[in-house]
Amino acid sequence: MAAAASMMPIFGHQISSKNDLVPDWNREEVSTGTTIMAVEYDGGVVIGADSRTTTGAYIANRVTDKLTRIHDRIYCCRSGSAADTQAIAEVVSYQLGFHSVELDEPPLVETAANLFRASCYRYREELMAGILVAGWDRRKGGQVYCVPIGGMLVRQPVAVGGSGSTYVYGFMDSNYKPGLNKDQCLELTASALSLAMERDGSSGGVIRLASISEDGVERRVILGDQLPRFSTH
Amino acid sequence: MEKHYTDSKVKGVSTGTTILAAVFDGGVVIGSDSRASIGGDYISSKTMNKVIQVHDRIFCGIAGSLADAQAVTKAAKSHLSFHSVQMESPPLVVAAASVLKDLCYKNKEELQAGFMTAGWDRKKGPQIYVVALGGMLLNQQVTIGGSGSTYIFGYVDAKYKPNMTREECVQFATNALALAMGRDNVSGGVAHLVVITEKEVEHVVVPGDKLPRFHDE
Repeated sequence: MAAAASMMPIFGHQISSKNDLVPDWNREEVSTGTTIMAVEYDGGVVIGADSRTTTGAYIANRVTDKLTRIHDRIYCCRSGSAADTQAIAEVVSYQLGFHSVELDEPPLVETAANLFRASCYRYREELMAGILVAGWDRRKGGQVYCVPIGGMLVRQPVAVGGSGSTYVYGFMDSNYKPGLNKDQCLELTASALSLAMERDGSSGGVIRLASISEDGVERRVILGDQLPRFSTH
Repeated sequence: MEKHYTDSKVKGVSTGTTILAAVFDGGVVIGSDSRASIGGDYISSKTMNKVIQVHDRIFCGIAGSLADAQAVTKAAKSHLSFHSVQMESPPLVVAAASVLKDLCYKNKEELQAGFMTAGWDRKKGPQIYVVALGGMLLNQQVTIGGSGSTYIFGYVDAKYKPNMTREECVQFATNALALAMGRDNVSGGVAHLVVITEKEVEHVVVPGDKLPRFHDE
């Protein structure tokens, strides 16, 4: 929420939030200007994100975790307004947990994706959220669903999102092939995120990766000095 | 995917475009797509060449308002030919770039065009200079521009290596343009490439159906 900081009158002057004396980050909304990515492989999915949350030019959190657990084998990657995406993820987690208890079975990734879509579409005017839903279930294996701003739902073998994603469409188009294995997917995701973080001012920090399969969720972090590097020019 | 609003304040025909230039061992490749459109609604030309020759071994890639770019390059061309007669030798690439830069900087309020100048001269060999929108001049080994360029930053960062061979560089440029054209709706058509070396200038045109295809096409 944009907090309007108004200070005590000094000699009759009201220092309002419109003044330059009040810094950017007091009035800008907190956003996960970001890069997120999700890739399907045979047997699961790999998801990744950067770790920067900004309010205007200030980095509010440089070690954010944008990979949010929705259920045991279903995660979402969040981009857009931090508040909106956190709220939606909480609501969907609750709805999915309840549904799973009713069913007495682990929920389907498609169900989770549809719950996201329902919220994002119904409140499309108020929300600013771009979400990737990824996970594993027994029926269809690893799946990635994209729910961009506006509330569309589409399944894709590989998806990127967030402000940094525009810079890596070309890299992704040329480097992704169907039939990659888990390690190749991890490498592709780490490389793409690293390239995006180099170019997008709103993405940066560390790379958080997770791989989800029948056996569970494996999380890892790639710190700044271990980021994949490319030839500098 | 986030909605990406490219707020285009360019009126009239604009080269929503992708242009690229890269230095290789012994020369430079400069290339562009060929689509000219009015605000992304109507394609006014499918086969426009956005790489304009300003001297024997110096070419210019244009982005932004077509009218502005044409006016500026025309003025630059005549400046340069006069300059080269005065000097009694072919102009330096940096001279060509400076001429463009002066025009862009002095008229920065009215103009809405960006350029990349690529060429070969005897003093420094193959070079690329970027003249950005407000009139900044920058020397780079590889550079991309235009609306389609945002989609290939990652690809270019990952794939460009200094001192490639001519064939590698032409393939790199073709791939990059194809990828950008595949994602940007205001870039498209054919890929125009110009390969400039000490000895010669070669035009390569890659028609749409011969462009490299990627996994999902």
